[in-house]
Amino acid sequence: MARRRRTNRLRASLQPRAWLLRHLQVFVSSLGRIWQRPFGNGMSILVIAIAIALPAGLQLLVSNLAQLAGHWEGGASATLFLKPEVSDRQVKALLQRLGNDQRIGALEHLTPQQALEEFRQHSGLSEAISLLEENPLPHVVLLKPADAGLSPERFQALVRELRSQPEVDRAMVDLQWVSRFRAMVQLLRRGSQVLAVLLSLAVVLVIGNTIRLEIQGRREEIEIVKLVGGSRAFIRRPFLYEGFWYGLLGGLTALLLLELSLLFLRGPVERLAQLYGGGFRLQGPDPALALAMLLVAVLLGVIGAWLAVQQQLDRIEPA
Amino acid sequence: MIRFDRVSKSYPGSQGGLHEVSFHIEPGEMVFLTGHSGAGKSTLLRLVGLLERANRGQVWVNGHNLSRISSRRLPLFRRQVGMIFQDHRLLADRTVFDNVALPLVVAGLGQAEIRRRVQAALDKVGLLKKARALPVTLSGGEQQRVGIARAVVSRPPVVLADEPTGNLDPELSLEIMELFRQFNQVGVTLLIATHDLALVEHFSCRTLTLRDGRLVGDR
Repeated sequence: MARRRRTNRLRASLQPRAWLLRHLQVFVSSLGRIWQRPFGNGMSILVIAIAIALPAGLQLLVSNLAQLAGHWEGGASATLFLKPEVSDRQVKALLQRLGNDQRIGALEHLTPQQALEEFRQHSGLSEAISLLEENPLPHVVLLKPADAGLSPERFQALVRELRSQPEVDRAMVDLQWVSRFRAMVQLLRRGSQVLAVLLSLAVVLVIGNTIRLEIQGRREEIEIVKLVGGSRAFIRRPFLYEGFWYGLLGGLTALLLLELSLLFLRGPVERLAQLYGGGFRLQGPDPALALAMLLVAVLLGVIGAWLAVQQQLDRIEPA
Repeated sequence: MIRFDRVSKSYPGSQGGLHEVSFHIEPGEMVFLTGHSGAGKSTLLRLVGLLERANRGQVWVNGHNLSRISSRRLPLFRRQVGMIFQDHRLLADRTVFDNVALPLVVAGLGQAEIRRRVQAALDKVGLLKKARALPVTLSGGEQQRVGIARAVVSRPPVVLADEPTGNLDPELSLEIMELFRQFNQVGVTLLIATHDLALVEHFSCRTLTLRDGRLVGDR
């Protein structure tokens, strides 16, 4: 039965196949362990899922808004006021040049007469205007970019170029609201990042605490494994895998929550979009976001478990 | 195989412990460790199994100076020492087979090898038929035999037993001791702490006697 060994070296014998098999075994059994207490562990998983789904949902909102901003940038327009002294012929030539420019889409010309008429109608100063001896208004050209998705910077550069035309006196770009909208989206994006960091911390803490309780519940088992010579890695392994599973299950549940929320929102959003006459569609999480969520969740799970294990395992020694 | 060189161990604020204990146990010996309760028997075994470290003096086990074993290598050392406890310390939610297999699983042995060795160990203690049972369904004597099988399954050169017959009637105690003698006959070094002097008398083995943490007898 027993064989005497006279080795003075303490060395672990490693059998790769047995080691791999053991990993596989623990991989599966740690999932089974979570399954053993479906209610309590299910609640932990739900908390993790909500903490992951919140920043991911906000991120989704941000990218949808950004998409919306792309739709509405067609609203960007510029107004060119021509010099008072330009002749009708020069105006015609300018309009032709602008019309040939590939970058410019819609083009509208208001003669001083039309401009005055419009002013008379909208300003309510018709009495005062009729007193004017001559029309003080210049020719006005309204234009929009050909590419609706043109960035505000590029559009502004285009308008600067038009301002340097000899016939043009002044040019005004009307895209302040687009810039504001973009700034708002930026703010939301930054906010979602802050939220993501804070909630990641929450996920680590939730999983860490769950694993800590698990370790305490298995205190006796850990003591006995230490008695028979279980290494740190051996004792640590099932808990790390449990952290992995918590992360993965939490991540999958988070994806499910997101999809359900989108399903709930999709109808009203599309009705709203139709009222505005836009072809806007609510975008779900794309595969890249989904994969990132799962990876981050798993990573957070393992980190949480690792912290709990580092803090707890050395405190448990066989008595 | 086990050598104590003026070993002292004290616990802060407590009377127990060991004072300047020295002895040497040769490979293949079977030694009883006796003394009244609180004399330091358990402390001595805990030092041998490296559950604790001595305050002063040197402990050598199987050629290792225990003060030189780092906590990282501690598990590897524990695999060379089988330990048996009065309260068995079995895992209640695992079968007899899994309990006995634990030291081999921990050591990373292959499945086939584990099965072979566990069956041999269970056969040796007469519990092969109870391999699938849970420990709670077994009697005290049977549970102790499971503990023994677990201690010897990895074929450690040293086996320590702390009051292994503490809760058993004389007949069962004798049976357990007979098992120990069989292990000893194939070369295992055994150190058995017990206060059952009748049992010690029955086996004419070397006996170390502790009193108040000092070694007062070695015969």
